[in-house]
Amino acid sequence: MRAEPAVHIQGVHKSFGGSCTALENFSAVLAKSAVTGLVGPDGAGKTTLIRLIAGLLEPDRGRIQVFDLDTTTDTSRIQRQLGYMPQRFGLYEDMTVEENLDLYADLQGLEREARKDRYRALLQMTGLAPFTRRLAGHLSGGMKQKLGLACVLVGNPRLLLLDEPTVGVDPVSRRELWQILYSQVRSGGLTVLLSTAYLDEAERCQEVILIHRGRPMGQGPPDDFRRRMEGRVYQVRAPASLRRRLQKNLYAVPEIVDSVVQAEGVRIITRTPALPTLEIPALIDISPATPNLEDYFVGTLAQLSPRPEKRALTLPARRAAGKDEPVIVVEHLKRRFGNFYAVKDISFEVGRGEVFGLLGANGAGKTTTFRMLCGLLPVSEGKARVAGVDLRRAPAKARARLGYMAQKFSLYGQLSVEENLTFFSGVYGLKRPVRKQRLDWALNTFDLTPFVAHKAVDLPLGYKQRLAMACALLHQPDILFLDEPTSGVDPLARREFWRRINALAEQKVTVMVTTHFMEEAEYCDRLVIMQAGTILAEGTPAEIRRHAETADNPTPTLEDAFIRLIGATVQTSS
Amino acid sequence: MRRIEQRGTDSKCAVENRFFPVLRDLITVYDQKTFHHRKTTLSRRLAALIRKEFIQIVRDPSSIAIAFVLPVVLLLLFGYGVSLDARHVPLALVVEYPSTEAESFTRGFYHSDYFVPVPTASMETAEALLMSGEVLGILRLREDFARRLKGEKGAPIQLIVNGIDANTARLVEGYVTGTWFQWLQKRSGMTRTALSLPVELEHRIWYNAAVKSRNFLVPGLIAVIMTLIGALLTSLVVAREWERGTMEALMSTPVTMGEILLGKLIPYFLLGTGGLLLSVAMATELFEVPMRGSFWLLWLGSSVFLLVSLGMGLLISTVSKNQFVAGQIAIIVTFLPAFILSGFIFEIHDMPTVIQWITHLVPARYYVAILQTVFLAGDIHSVIWPNLLALVIMAAFFLGRTRQLSHKRLE
Repeated sequence: MRAEPAVHIQGVHKSFGGSCTALENFSAVLAKSAVTGLVGPDGAGKTTLIRLIAGLLEPDRGRIQVFDLDTTTDTSRIQRQLGYMPQRFGLYEDMTVEENLDLYADLQGLEREARKDRYRALLQMTGLAPFTRRLAGHLSGGMKQKLGLACVLVGNPRLLLLDEPTVGVDPVSRRELWQILYSQVRSGGLTVLLSTAYLDEAERCQEVILIHRGRPMGQGPPDDFRRRMEGRVYQVRAPASLRRRLQKNLYAVPEIVDSVVQAEGVRIITRTPALPTLEIPALIDISPATPNLEDYFVGTLAQLSPRPEKRALTLPARRAAGKDEPVIVVEHLKRRFGNFYAVKDISFEVGRGEVFGLLGANGAGKTTTFRMLCGLLPVSEGKARVAGVDLRRAPAKARARLGYMAQKFSLYGQLSVEENLTFFSGVYGLKRPVRKQRLDWALNTFDLTPFVAHKAVDLPLGYKQRLAMACALLHQPDILFLDEPTSGVDPLARREFWRRINALAEQKVTVMVTTHFMEEAEYCDRLVIMQAGTILAEGTPAEIRRHAETADNPTPTLEDAFIRLIGATVQTSS
Repeated sequence: MRRIEQRGTDSKCAVENRFFPVLRDLITVYDQKTFHHRKTTLSRRLAALIRKEFIQIVRDPSSIAIAFVLPVVLLLLFGYGVSLDARHVPLALVVEYPSTEAESFTRGFYHSDYFVPVPTASMETAEALLMSGEVLGILRLREDFARRLKGEKGAPIQLIVNGIDANTARLVEGYVTGTWFQWLQKRSGMTRTALSLPVELEHRIWYNAAVKSRNFLVPGLIAVIMTLIGALLTSLVVAREWERGTMEALMSTPVTMGEILLGKLIPYFLLGTGGLLLSVAMATELFEVPMRGSFWLLWLGSSVFLLVSLGMGLLISTVSKNQFVAGQIAIIVTFLPAFILSGFIFEIHDMPTVIQWITHLVPARYYVAILQTVFLAGDIHSVIWPNLLALVIMAAFFLGRTRQLSHKRLE
């Protein structure tokens, strides 16, 4: 049987301000000396649960015990054994690495004598030893994360709570975080609970609690979830040109609950552990795939929730596409801020109807590149042509040909769905008769008609995303720019989003997307990996994965490739 | 033995808890000194918080700006730029029937720094000048001036002042009456006639013989500066901790709420004391404002007022956890009243009765009274202690309320 529990959550209910229920009858047990992942999309209740365990919130109903102490009555005794790292790490950015460590060592009551050894161990482990005098605010995202971790570990806690510790952190630092965590669990018997929205990350936990809309959706080792999906996940191999149509057709089969373009083909999840009979052309081959956590999550959710209406996203007839010349051409592009080059000499081309990804950690130069291509930021040096227009000459003309969807959707929260659409159609200069027609198209295609009078701020996240996309497509752009479009959205909404993107690409709309989310890069036709303003690699996801192919790891992931590529640059530069 | 002693301190603690909840933790820290191992962790946590706050103050340009740059700018502005003194005020003189007496009285105006007399032939012309703004007042000596002067009722002089600028109007009125009585006094000395002079008329220039507005503006300004540091800066830095998520991290450690509050209170109290010393030094050295009372009394009053301000600042930040909102509330609730309703610029006696009532709720009012008294009059205990008592009550209220409302929870 399992080890004795460290945290015992019994029927916890928590709501904020009456209507908003964060947790509903939530029960779970956390094993001692293990790493448990709390996995779910934004707004699922992860942060609330972690704060409840840390004694920072009180449950409305139910109780939580940490090492047999009640979180409401024995808060201070629990907090003496606790290390809690909130989102954004809880660091004082105007204090140095050492000053931050000193503060938390004092607050957690670490004896002066013990400090020297503890600091040395932590600094060595986190690789922060050379930077003890640097201000925390001047550290990179990954280093901040490690300092945050060092600060909560400094007092030798028994329970570690980490709230989304890997958001905005590059894959290398993310991997190091896991190494540190497991070394602490093994050497000190630490119990760890960490929340994440990334299902691939959850695979590294010994135990996973899936949470969706405040309710637990299952708990167990990642393998358990995988086992439950056995026989339901298949990989359909198909040539690149067929993938999108194939995905759409497969999705229309009632026995298939999910289909998504991935790797060299389409990944499907079936309703029951059996492959439905499909009429398959000869060049396509189907084989069972190893299920992962996301398959479980999506498979379970898709069966619970009503299947979204399969309305095809069709754009009205457009002018002929013309010659098949590249739509976006970037040559030796540079962008300087003072003495600092945010983008150093990058070149790439994107063809019509391609889904092109810019992949990289925060600060890699993705957003700067993006803004230049949208004509929002002047180019310092080099050439950038979008839809045949030179951005250095006529950025406004280029802007009329492209649609842009920003990270936070840039909608007017206090305006209704219809008012938002009307506003954006006005901004894009649509004439009155056209406007009416485009509005109807947007409401129908994105299933927004029932929400026409709702304020944008009140819409569920998935619908907000639809509205933002509708707004960006009103003027029938040739190119669609998407900046981190799916961060924090639950996997179902993400699937739906990508289905729409696929439909657009099929109709020869060029889509350019930034993401720091490795999995998402699999949906792209081609991508570049950026790091510190330069391009490390370019190609299809398969080509990029090949960079990390070794005898030990014959089927590397994109993340493996990313880490390998970054490792290579570090070696050549040092 | 030891047990009894322990119980003794505990009960004392309990009594004080009820009255000064914030001080409880300080007392606990002190009491725990009997236990060696406890002492180290408890006082060390507080020390660590205080050290952290000072590091942040030194590194954050905005707290330096609010604590030192802004006070200096305000002092220079009010010390040099703003003057409520009326000088060289154009005043129309209408002498309806020239006489030696009238000539002797009006001569005084030509020699005064305060007035530029404009001799005018008739009331109509004078009124036209007043309308067009060329003069700010009319002084009319009626044709029977000389005759009435010899009579018992005293000579009537008529003063018409442009009331648009109420402040200048009042000053002009004061100066004219002052000049009038000075002249009467001099004349009664010469003619040996009895003079029925109402003493209160000299009131305006008591303690400020030079009639320098700077002398009462600069001390009053110290109240505004203490409000800035105490309430505005404190509410901003606490809200900042909420915004950046560091408060959440602090709260998950074994630190107590009392330590968190004291960890804010002590550094900003010291910073405020620094601001006080700077302001007093500038007032006395640069602007040569007299300091007639004792510095220690001033220091005591200022310390109590600082506690009131800090209490308000901390209370604001328990209500609002957003820097922008906290700043707005602090400006509206503490800074503006300290400016407008404290008697620092605008005389409380001249306000409408309702507003006068409201000023009793403004802590700065009591502090301005203490400041102006200590600077310009001296240690007048009948003025200082009632005002100080009001401040002590307010400090206890705000700090107590803050302690009551602060829980180690996020909601």
